[in-house]
Amino acid sequence: MAVGIIGYGAHLPRRRIKVEEIARVWGADAPSYKKGLELIQKSVPAADEDTITLSVEAARNALNRAEIDPAEIGAVYVGSESHPYAVKPTGVTVAEAIGATPDCHCADFEFACKAGSEGMFVAYGLVKAGLIKYGLGIGADTSQGAPGDALEYSAAAGAAAFIMGADDDKMLATVDETYSFMTDTPDFWRREHKFYPEHGGRFTGEPAYFRTTVGAVKGILEKAGMKPEDFKFAVFHQPNGKFPKRVGKKLGFSFEQIDVGRVVPKLGNTYSGASPIGLTAILDVAEPGDRIMMCSYGSGAGSDAFIFTVRERIREVRDLAPKTYPQIDENVVQLGYGEYAKFRHKIKMRGE
Amino acid sequence: MPPSSAWRHYPQRYRLEAARCTGCGKVFFPPRLVCDKCGSRKSEVFRLKPFGTLATYTVIRTPSERFSLEAPFALGIVNMEDGVRLTAQIADASFDELEVGMPVKLEFRRLYSEGDAGTIHYGHKAVPVRD
Amino acid sequence: MRDVAVIGVGMQKWGELWEKSLRDIYVEAALLAIDDAGVDHIDSMYVGCMSSGLFTYQEHIGSVLADYLGQRFIPSTRVESACAAGGLAFRLAYIEVASGVSDIVMAGGVEKMTDVSGSEATNALATAADVDWEGVHGATFPGLYAMMAVAHMHRYKTTREQLAMVAVKNHRNGAKNPRAQFRMEIDVEAVINSVKVADPLNILDCSPITDGAAAAVLVPAEMAGKFNKGGVKVIGSGHATDTIALHAREDLTTIRAATEAAKRAYEMAGLKPEQIDLAEVHDCFTIAEIVVNESIGFFEPGQGGPAVEAGATDIGGSIPVNCSGGLKSKGHPVGATGVAQIVELVEQIRGESGPRQVENARVGLAQNMGGSGGSSVVHILEGM
Repeated sequence: MAVGIIGYGAHLPRRRIKVEEIARVWGADAPSYKKGLELIQKSVPAADEDTITLSVEAARNALNRAEIDPAEIGAVYVGSESHPYAVKPTGVTVAEAIGATPDCHCADFEFACKAGSEGMFVAYGLVKAGLIKYGLGIGADTSQGAPGDALEYSAAAGAAAFIMGADDDKMLATVDETYSFMTDTPDFWRREHKFYPEHGGRFTGEPAYFRTTVGAVKGILEKAGMKPEDFKFAVFHQPNGKFPKRVGKKLGFSFEQIDVGRVVPKLGNTYSGASPIGLTAILDVAEPGDRIMMCSYGSGAGSDAFIFTVRERIREVRDLAPKTYPQIDENVVQLGYGEYAKFRHKIKMRGE
Repeated sequence: MPPSSAWRHYPQRYRLEAARCTGCGKVFFPPRLVCDKCGSRKSEVFRLKPFGTLATYTVIRTPSERFSLEAPFALGIVNMEDGVRLTAQIADASFDELEVGMPVKLEFRRLYSEGDAGTIHYGHKAVPVRD
Repeated sequence: MRDVAVIGVGMQKWGELWEKSLRDIYVEAALLAIDDAGVDHIDSMYVGCMSSGLFTYQEHIGSVLADYLGQRFIPSTRVESACAAGGLAFRLAYIEVASGVSDIVMAGGVEKMTDVSGSEATNALATAADVDWEGVHGATFPGLYAMMAVAHMHRYKTTREQLAMVAVKNHRNGAKNPRAQFRMEIDVEAVINSVKVADPLNILDCSPITDGAAAAVLVPAEMAGKFNKGGVKVIGSGHATDTIALHAREDLTTIRAATEAAKRAYEMAGLKPEQIDLAEVHDCFTIAEIVVNESIGFFEPGQGGPAVEAGATDIGGSIPVNCSGGLKSKGHPVGATGVAQIVELVEQIRGESGPRQVENARVGLAQNMGGSGGSSVVHILEGM
């Protein structure tokens, strides 16, 4: 029984802030940040956008492509590191908004930037086990970067939703293989009640992101008996524009393979949404028969790898909801740092 | 808004659930127990399509306190495609592009929260439809 | 049903009355009315007050005020219909006299708005709108009327200047009213350049926050002759409600509740709008006066703006509106407004209005409304 993606969609905020604008305020050298991060701007959620709202709209896009009755969704999993409540799951509001309640399993996921791929993995697993008919896995974030910190330039917002199912006539892309690689690696974390995360500087590179991603990709290739050349597209976690290029090269993937899924230069790092949103951008253009490698990365640390094969039906449905690159490029509004700080609650208000 | 009051209206706020009178077809949002046009007490619930046009609008510059972070913001009355009107904030639009008749789509957004320890209220806001 | 007449009215200077409590403010105005009427007691009382609870944390004010007025044991009723509370209190007093249940009934109104902060006051006022389906989206009162203005301007090409002219006229009138809160004259430019509230309305398009009260004494018309100043007869009374939410109305450019209430009052009085000599109309916002003037038949739909521009609603015009200064200049202690409109009409009909006097004022109309037009009460008074 082939199990895979029967619906997908991304939803991105419309506001952006450029690297130059952040650098201007902190007296940093914009060109070197742009070059070092291979990033020109990031998305900024408005005061009325959060992980829940972005997830709902992404889920609606996925539903429009899946063309199913939302009441048949048996599980809703939202992975994020910016769930609006510490206790009360994002998933219940998403499930309520799309009409999946009450016959529905729900849990929120957390694992830094790979929380979204976890949701996808578990939804897929439940469908494969025959426990549910359809499962919704969402990666969404409105991440925070400490003012003036390197991460402030890239911490962005966005959501991607995937509906997993086993209906052959609805299949958009099968999940052919999965593999997860996980260790205790303290590269980036946030303690409870703290507003901003902390990180280990350069420790987040080789020992964390690269070691884990390489471990996961090598693991899944071995498990599937495949080589990088077998793939049309590859998407990796993208905390900046450089890392996915470097890890792709390390693993033997070409720039052409990673180009479409590398959405970060004009979007920023959408954390739990990062590789999932990259995957939606790939699905917007992939052709039947194309093989896709996706490997997320979450600090702490772990990677979830997937191998997909695209099916015919994708051509019929991808126009049924907004595509991803148009959301990245069109109708965007540039913000100044002041407005950005206001929307991101970085300004101390009365009573705080 | 107390949690119970907010929760009671989730079908309307989250899913735009309206009702159509089975007697005369008038659409109510929110649903009602009795139709004011024909007096019928029977109706069928359905979800509004999230599309409409602006019947009118304004820009609120001095808001009520709970919306102080958002001001100035645009507010409008939307003629929904399904034949009923509702009030909603207008988001992601520049004030000069607002005009009567502008096509909009309702998107899920945060309406406000009861401070930083209270519940968060969600609903829909109207976003301009751009080709 | 007996004919009913107003034999006494009273109101004090309105404004921010820091030294006076709600009880003081009401009793002061009530005593002025009692003295003006020359009665030594009242049989019953109706008090219009939108929200003594939210503004002063005191309910049960029907009793509180009867007690403090020295009229223990009388039936006393607090009436609420948002900003139409006062007009409705007057109507209920009229009905109680007309029906024969009582002979001397006081209709009063009061609001004490300045003990709470500006934002608490705004929140309290917002309860007159649809809390669940308008308020939750950030709709404020100015916002609702602003949307009415945008719709009216789009449909009829009413101009921003015409809206401002309503405020200019009302301030010009209020400058001549010693009891008005704001007695300074303003011009169109000042209105348009004042702080923005909700586009296209600026702060000078909006009625203020005010403390104040007003009262009237009603008796059967046949008794009026026994009193000092005789009586001014209530010849028409109408009351109507409409949807609470602005968006639920078919036409956003007219106020049906006002039209229906006025129709009922005109019918009862056997009069047409052209036969009204002067009117007090509920100008909570400048646009409201324009829309109501059209809704109650003073002008054709869309002609309300040009009419104010042409001076038709000036004291010397074809239908003087808000000679008192209206809510804009006189002030708007919510529950008191509807009764203050009666005070103005009675004084005008008696010929007591001095520099604001309308010549040959015999028949006056008072239109009071709540929220964005969720309720409206209209009275027509005639000299006896």
